[in-house]
Amino acid sequence: MNAVQALPASLSLAVPADVPDASGHRSIAGGALVVVILLFLVVAAIGFLASRWRTSPEERGLHSLDEWGLGGRGFGSWVTWFLLGGDLYTAYTFVAVPAAMWATGAVSGFFAVPYTIVLYPIVFILMSRLWSVSRSHGYVTPADFVGGRYGGKVLSTAIAVTGIVATMPYIALQLVGMRAVLTVLGLGSGSNSFVNDLPLIIAFVVLAAYTYTGGLRAPALIAVVKDLLIYLAIVVAVIYLPSKFGGWGSIFDAADTKLSTTNPATHKPAGAIIPGMTSFNAYWTLALGSAMALFMYPHSITGVLATKSRNTIRRNAVVLPLYSLMLGFLALLGYVAIKAGTAPVDTNGKINAQLVVPQLFLDNFPSWFAGVALAAIAIGALVPAAIMSIAASNLFTRNIYRDLIKPDVTPRTEAKISKLVSLLVKVGALVFVLGMDQSSAINLQLLGGIWILQTFPAIVAGLYTRWFNKWALLVGWAAGMIYGTAAAYNVVNPATGNHFGGSIAAIPWTHTTVYIGVTAFVLNAVVAALGTLVLRAFKVRDTADSTRSTDYEVDEDDVRVQPVPEELRAELS
Amino acid sequence: MPQPVPSPDAPRAGVRPDTPVRGPARPAPYVAAGVLIAIGIVLPLVVPIYARHEPELGGMPFFYWYQLLWVFIDAGLLYVAYVLMRKEDRRRRDVVRSQAAGHAAKHAAPGTDDAGDTGAVDGGAL
Repeated sequence: MNAVQALPASLSLAVPADVPDASGHRSIAGGALVVVILLFLVVAAIGFLASRWRTSPEERGLHSLDEWGLGGRGFGSWVTWFLLGGDLYTAYTFVAVPAAMWATGAVSGFFAVPYTIVLYPIVFILMSRLWSVSRSHGYVTPADFVGGRYGGKVLSTAIAVTGIVATMPYIALQLVGMRAVLTVLGLGSGSNSFVNDLPLIIAFVVLAAYTYTGGLRAPALIAVVKDLLIYLAIVVAVIYLPSKFGGWGSIFDAADTKLSTTNPATHKPAGAIIPGMTSFNAYWTLALGSAMALFMYPHSITGVLATKSRNTIRRNAVVLPLYSLMLGFLALLGYVAIKAGTAPVDTNGKINAQLVVPQLFLDNFPSWFAGVALAAIAIGALVPAAIMSIAASNLFTRNIYRDLIKPDVTPRTEAKISKLVSLLVKVGALVFVLGMDQSSAINLQLLGGIWILQTFPAIVAGLYTRWFNKWALLVGWAAGMIYGTAAAYNVVNPATGNHFGGSIAAIPWTHTTVYIGVTAFVLNAVVAALGTLVLRAFKVRDTADSTRSTDYEVDEDDVRVQPVPEELRAELS
Repeated sequence: MPQPVPSPDAPRAGVRPDTPVRGPARPAPYVAAGVLIAIGIVLPLVVPIYARHEPELGGMPFFYWYQLLWVFIDAGLLYVAYVLMRKEDRRRRDVVRSQAAGHAAKHAAPGTDDAGDTGAVDGGAL
């Protein structure tokens, strides 16, 4: 989930002067740490056993992308619910959304709720058709589909590269989320920076190992544990904490007081608990644009294509909103932390809003229960990081290696390459987070949301029509990418003077401020449509299409959809 | 692994005509589902409706509880849309599959498998 838009503003919030114990040094929270380690070991064991789940002995080793990268394309409604829940509602979301609420209030934080509400009608409409055509043709990635639909390699490569580039910082942010938990647990206060980072490195190396052996089955199983823990933590917190701090009424009063206080650096209030008129357009475009972008991300599409029937994703669109309810209450914990006086002091002594929810749990619950909640967040980083790395490496294997380098690659080799690339992707994310300022990861993720939305016209229009000319789509994509990147660069944070200060900007030549991704998307779609009309006027032929109209309607019972394991067995024997 | 591996778009068992997998649609269920889905996308985004404090619910401003309420409304709308579309989808698939099963039964030895469910479409087409 792409909750990061608003975060740079909150990170740069001026440090209030009245923070207690601003030394930054933390002692290790022993009880909670023990629980976190135990749960991490349980999850690691599940991860390593996952390669044996629903595989017959001859399929062990997962020698194709269908098996390794899509879990055998056989996940039913329950597994998919957990998998997508764990995939979309990431650790970073759990950390960043309440952090944004705590720091700047409703516009930058609570938009995540309408975002994850309108998300599901969109998923309901689009994803069945993508499932059917992908199952008919053996597509593993969105770029596979674009390549099949429009022919040629340029557009599909553009889609694949966009997907990889947008996903990489997203993986890095999962590490940022996990680091927030480790910091609060007291790991990271030592003098040796390697020792401070060691827990994060160990967690990621273990993750990389079981993703390598188990493929998508590993995060699917782990997601069950993670989701149950997170529901437990939030249900208990939402029932217990408001009563402890005087009820929702006084919590909202405290939030209102804090957020409407004028910030000395900007001479404006930090935020508001109810958006003002000037923020309405930002609020709804952030929600809609993020919802349109989310299922263009390769890791979301991986979750969809792993389902076993055309209707699995539709049934899930009906029940997945339960996670949005949980996210809404989690967001409100940002306000609870205001009332509770939670002090999210980082190891360098500065305020880091991202620590607010982990700190809230540690301050107000017995250490073992705080451990459960913190473990839920940390494990919540592992699930999406695994799926994202699988999705990114599938894109590389299918749409870079196979399409551009070695067209006759066998499924067995494809799986081998994807497994190796998934390791590289994770190492890259780790190096990025350890070696660079975490705000670069956040900036890149902000851009990633804008970028991935630029694949929407080619993918979604392609699900319904071959009307668009592929070169026009490519030019539209480029226009959206350039405008979106430039507009995001030009957002300067008023408090720090840094670029990439947020994802809201005025529509050019107007004073209406909206989500940059949506403006870029409209530009993209208009350019693609006009370009198509112009090319048609010049009678440029563009008819290549290896899909047929009924491919978009087939279900799991239609025989033209070959059962995957049989294909695989034939290939292996 | 001796044989060359087909790319995803290699011909699937030769070039086959595009045979329908569903019968003709009746518009009513799709229109109804479409309206429900449109409501589920548009109404949660009309901010002026809910950007206010009153009425509160248990101390929570309207802005917050109203949006959380939409979680349930959208789930309900999608459930109804799902039921409507599944019913029509099944009817449309049955049209094609029962035709194909009847067709296959005339030409092939009957009773070899429980036709009408799996494999009936292409069986008829071939």
